[in-house]
Amino acid sequence: MFAEAGVILRASNITKEFGATVALSSVNFEIFDGKVSALFGENGAGKSTLMKILSGIEAPTSGTLEVNGEEVVFESVNEARAKGIAIIHQELNLAPNLNVRDNIFLGQEIRSHLGGIDYSKENEITAELMGRLEEPISPMALVGDLRLGQQQIVEIARALAANARILIMDEPTSALSSTEIEVLFKVIDDLKAHGVSIVYISHHLEEALHVADTVTVLRDSKLIATDERKNVDLNWIVNKMIGHDSTESSASLNELGDVVLEIRNLNIVDPSNPARLSVEDLSLEVRQGEIVCLYGQMGAGRTELLETLAGRIKPLSGQILLNGRDIAALSIRDRINGGLALVPEDRQRDGLIRLLSVGENLALSNLSNYVKRFVLRDKAEITDLKAAISDVRVKTSSHKALITSLSGGNQQKVVIGKVLLTKPKIIVLDEPTRGIDVGAKAEIFSLLSILASSGLAVLFATSEVSEAMTASNRIVVMSKGSISAQLDPQKTSRSDVISAADEKSTIRSKKLDLNGVSA
Amino acid sequence: MTRSAETETKGLAGRFQGLSLSKILLEGRAFIAFLAIVAVFTWLSPNYLTLDNLVVMSRHVALNALLALGMLLVILKGGIDLSVGSTVGLGGVLAGFMLMQGVTVPGIDKVLYPKVWVVVVVTLLAGAFIGLINGILVTRFNVAPFIATLGMLYVVRGVALLIAHGETYPDLQGKAVLGNTGFNVVGLGKFLGLPTGIWVMIVVAIAISFLLRKTVFGRWLYALGGNERAAELSGVPIHRVKRWVYVISGVCAAATGLIIASELTAGAPQTGQSFELNAIAAVVIGGAALSGGRGNVRGTLLGAFVIGFLSDGLVIVGVSDFWQMVIMGSVIIFAVALDESQQKAKKKNSSKSLGKVKK
Repeated sequence: MFAEAGVILRASNITKEFGATVALSSVNFEIFDGKVSALFGENGAGKSTLMKILSGIEAPTSGTLEVNGEEVVFESVNEARAKGIAIIHQELNLAPNLNVRDNIFLGQEIRSHLGGIDYSKENEITAELMGRLEEPISPMALVGDLRLGQQQIVEIARALAANARILIMDEPTSALSSTEIEVLFKVIDDLKAHGVSIVYISHHLEEALHVADTVTVLRDSKLIATDERKNVDLNWIVNKMIGHDSTESSASLNELGDVVLEIRNLNIVDPSNPARLSVEDLSLEVRQGEIVCLYGQMGAGRTELLETLAGRIKPLSGQILLNGRDIAALSIRDRINGGLALVPEDRQRDGLIRLLSVGENLALSNLSNYVKRFVLRDKAEITDLKAAISDVRVKTSSHKALITSLSGGNQQKVVIGKVLLTKPKIIVLDEPTRGIDVGAKAEIFSLLSILASSGLAVLFATSEVSEAMTASNRIVVMSKGSISAQLDPQKTSRSDVISAADEKSTIRSKKLDLNGVSA
Repeated sequence: MTRSAETETKGLAGRFQGLSLSKILLEGRAFIAFLAIVAVFTWLSPNYLTLDNLVVMSRHVALNALLALGMLLVILKGGIDLSVGSTVGLGGVLAGFMLMQGVTVPGIDKVLYPKVWVVVVVTLLAGAFIGLINGILVTRFNVAPFIATLGMLYVVRGVALLIAHGETYPDLQGKAVLGNTGFNVVGLGKFLGLPTGIWVMIVVAIAISFLLRKTVFGRWLYALGGNERAAELSGVPIHRVKRWVYVISGVCAAATGLIIASELTAGAPQTGQSFELNAIAAVVIGGAALSGGRGNVRGTLLGAFVIGFLSDGLVIVGVSDFWQMVIMGSVIIFAVALDESQQKAKKKNSSKSLGKVKK
């Protein structure tokens, strides 16, 4: 297909199995000298697994890797690095308490002949790298003081200092502001000019197309298509990603009641990058009996929006009305009592208390209802717990079992059950099916459907189109902090949803003026 | 699905069955250590296992146990309270000040001598106030508990020394003329043959056990210590809970100060130095995790008894002070090292079951 020349890395017939699950099935992938290879695919298509294999984090079950025509086997990340392959993860791996120079040479310090560190040499190289990346950061600047975009440049510099010839970038733009993205793209162009090859993974199709030289699409663990950039367009990619393009049946439509939740002109500052707004001038309504899906790619601002609704993040400006009452100033506890509760995205970190039992986790938000004269009344509590366990269909031997003894799906049901015990008016779920098996997924969505038909309002966020299409009455597509479309899943196709999520992602200079926003 | 059912039964088995010998040794290690200590010292000294000596030793234990029970709450939260030793000192000094110097009422130029129960209440309130400051430092100003209470350790000790001008209030009997006699009941009074101190320990232990097991506060506290983020998102008022645990710890410390001052009929500002460390040791030997969320009253009491019966036993058989310190330190380290290995074994089991659930 391509000229043999210029192939710097070739992965042939790569298969990776985790137990009975096939994560990659006979995938062929090539990286060309000084070119950007963009890799596309939905969540779970196998992108991350492929990158982990290329960078030595995981070994393939079968298949071969060749670097410069020579077969290699990577036992570790270090061996891949020695061959010039570096990966930059979405979450940066920098020590914020050290300066730029020390971060760049962390673990690969240049020794002076006395056995110490040759700081002057390191400073020199750091300055040289920063010059090459056209980023005027002082080698002595503290990494924690840098903006996120600059930190990413430091990460790139670290890879270059290790003589990387192939740079794998996983979702490099998801946390960056538009200006920072432009800088990143200039850096990528520079790197290409210096003969560095790049593998670029992003959910933002247009951005990725903007920098790509070759395009590869994975779906269901298989390589679906690979071609040169000039031969493809956005529709081609979307069609290859989803395979078919038809409308699908969706959640049953209920009689809609009053507006339960109303968001007016909400602005939220990105907690990890104060120079950027996570959510920008967003307004939204959710009614009784309605299941609204918040669809968007990573970094679209879904989690920030939902955490603001729950009360963990304070918005910059705007109103959140629950049954007509502004709850923006209330505590998390008061919001739960008012009828709004969140099922958080990261179950282990934010949802569960691992030292407690199933029952203790379930009852946590609702304990005040079991108190009589300062004492918890077991009877009332246990009746409720048993009902909750059967309502949300948690598979557990008893409410006394340890929460850690349950499977991921059942743990998630416990978190949902905890929220339902508080008798909410609206239930807000962030990626409710993350890390759980197919059967549990279906159960959770059918549960949401039952709840909605009994008059509850449901708002859930997802980054999987199929979930958006099948489980909701209305898809609200978010892109870069704003709503880019509101779609009816019965009348739209998957590709419409995906391209709507991508609409605003073309590189345009979006001036960010915080004063202007709050005015 | 069959998989998850299987792991569930395993988890249950781990909790309720599993009566293997090694498990008993690990789970009940503090109790076994306690029995071993009693056995060894009974063998070494005929005076050890006598009723009189047991009462004396328990009186000593009660002081540390009272501090440790307050400390348990703070440690369950995932914090630490280093200021309790100083609060013990301040408690004694405040009692001495009110009983011996009285309170000058501004304006009418008259010295009032408060009744003993007023002295007790005011001193306990002072302890609560110190705890409240700790709590506010931790919740409002985000000072790490270690640092906040370390600072208060110095501040409170300094205040105690300032009030007493560095001296001891030597006579807390009170005077019948002034109507403030009876302070010695606080530490030396007896009920059913046991001194007040032991009764206070028993009552506080029952109260805190009740608080932890039967009230919303207790459940919130365990949740907060286990996973603060999840507790907060579940609507637990984490700041309020945190402030209360420091307040309770402060009250326990002030009560300890009152009992000591009463036993000695003297209030010395230096009393209670390094008591906080003994209290922490008792909680930790009792199986609590310094990271929070794990620990209970039974373990903490046992921890206090292990420490108290060991150190008194060493004194009775005439082991030198220096060796006493070496032995005490070794026991603490051994207890915690054992606890860590137990936790690791537990984690291994649960991660085994988690590993089966594919992402």
